Amino acid sequence: MHLSWLTLLFLVPTLCVGMPSTTLCVDDVRGTGDLGVVVERATGSVLIVETTTHTRLAKIQGLGDLSHASVVFSRDQRYAYIFGRDGGLTKLDMLRCEIVKRVMQAGNSVGGAISQDGRLVAVSNYTPGGVKVFDAATLELLADIPTQGSKVVGLVDAPGQRFVFSLFDAGEIWVADMHSPRSPKIIKFKEIGKQPYDALISPDGRYYIAGLFGEDGLARLDLWNGEVQRILPNYGKGDIKKPVYKMPHLEGWAMAGDYTFVPAIGQYAVLVVDGQRIPVHGQPVFVIARPDGRHVWVNFAFPHNDTVQVIDVMAMEIIKTLKPGKAVLHMEFTPRGEEVWVSVRDDDQIKVYDTETFAEVATLPADKPSGIFFTARAHKIGL
Amino acid sequence: MTCIAKFNLFLLPAVSAEEISPERQSDLLHLLRHDCGACHGMTLKGGLGPPLLPESLAKYPKAFLRQTILLGRPGTAMPPWQAFLTQAEAEWLLEQLLKGIDDNAP
Repeated sequence: MHLSWLTLLFLVPTLCVGMPSTTLCVDDVRGTGDLGVVVERATGSVLIVETTTHTRLAKIQGLGDLSHASVVFSRDQRYAYIFGRDGGLTKLDMLRCEIVKRVMQAGNSVGGAISQDGRLVAVSNYTPGGVKVFDAATLELLADIPTQGSKVVGLVDAPGQRFVFSLFDAGEIWVADMHSPRSPKIIKFKEIGKQPYDALISPDGRYYIAGLFGEDGLARLDLWNGEVQRILPNYGKGDIKKPVYKMPHLEGWAMAGDYTFVPAIGQYAVLVVDGQRIPVHGQPVFVIARPDGRHVWVNFAFPHNDTVQVIDVMAMEIIKTLKPGKAVLHMEFTPRGEEVWVSVRDDDQIKVYDTETFAEVATLPADKPSGIFFTARAHKIGL
Repeated sequence: MTCIAKFNLFLLPAVSAEEISPERQSDLLHLLRHDCGACHGMTLKGGLGPPLLPESLAKYPKAFLRQTILLGRPGTAMPPWQAFLTQAEAEWLLEQLLKGIDDNAP
């Protein structure tokens, strides 16, 4: 059974299974602005979903190891680029529900980004480290940026046709100018802090912030003037750190009003960059602002991963605690934030909540869902 | 997939199977793949944490590996798991790791 299943995947790498309500995979005319991709981490498959109707439109199989997978979109919002853990980079046509191209570009990778002009896709790697840059149309390899074995994390696009990323082992931030895609110009910022584990960029593309695992604080690079500053340098001083059972993710920019929210490391707290500290249920993993910035949603690491909490930014306190189910891995807001989709891995479900009333408005089956990515990301810097 | 998992469990050494119920064994494997896998990769080939494949672990003494699971490794991202695992469970997981875990187990 095991063999035949694998053989099937091998022989039919672009198997596309239409769901009952599907209008995709046929020649119907439609837009893609309310589509999304849900990663099914254990089965190497993704779902194409539609946010307006809360439906699954198709399931695409044969994408390899999708544990810790992430997705970026082409600027026409038709193609999804899926970065797999096993180093696989897959270009998916969401209208035809088929894999256009798939390359194995490294042994072990963690994420990727699409360039300002939409023509380049970059992938960051753990093994053998480094960043590879591909032609977004053909997935032809254009540039290989080695990092001397250092694992690369927090890869994002930045204005000026740049990619910015952090070196976990070396404690550096590198900025790659990609105006000449085959010969990138690299600027290195050294000694930015110990073990940057992930990073994000502000929506205007000015600030790149790397979270540090090896010491307190975050490193902030101002891309306007090239200055690196330490922020929140003393937030954990004197505290006994709690064990971290899952690394937090810095994704998007939890910027709400004048505040920026980040997960603490080894503390059950969300930190506000002005120095405030909001106690929460566990070690935060994702801290994401609703698109309007009024609320910040937080999920947690094992063993508190059955819970989601909502912080009201005016009151700076938790106003809602939800229990979506066992192992909440990710949350994605609809483009203007009236709903949020929550992946619940061990319940094999996506739950959709109304973000005003916190009522559950829909449930979709999904096989060990992890990341949820909506096409609105196509037009946002850093996503 | 379920039948594959049961088949695998059937092959486990009798001594461990007596101490740890099949349900718990299944929970432990789930924990290994999905929660340890958050850093070490779902297929245990490594991520931010090092690979946990038999060939990568073979060079370390068993006692060191057991300690690492239960007490963590200060100065690294490896947390202590003793709040969630008994000594016997850590031992059993270690045995599975040293033998190699079937990628298709649930």
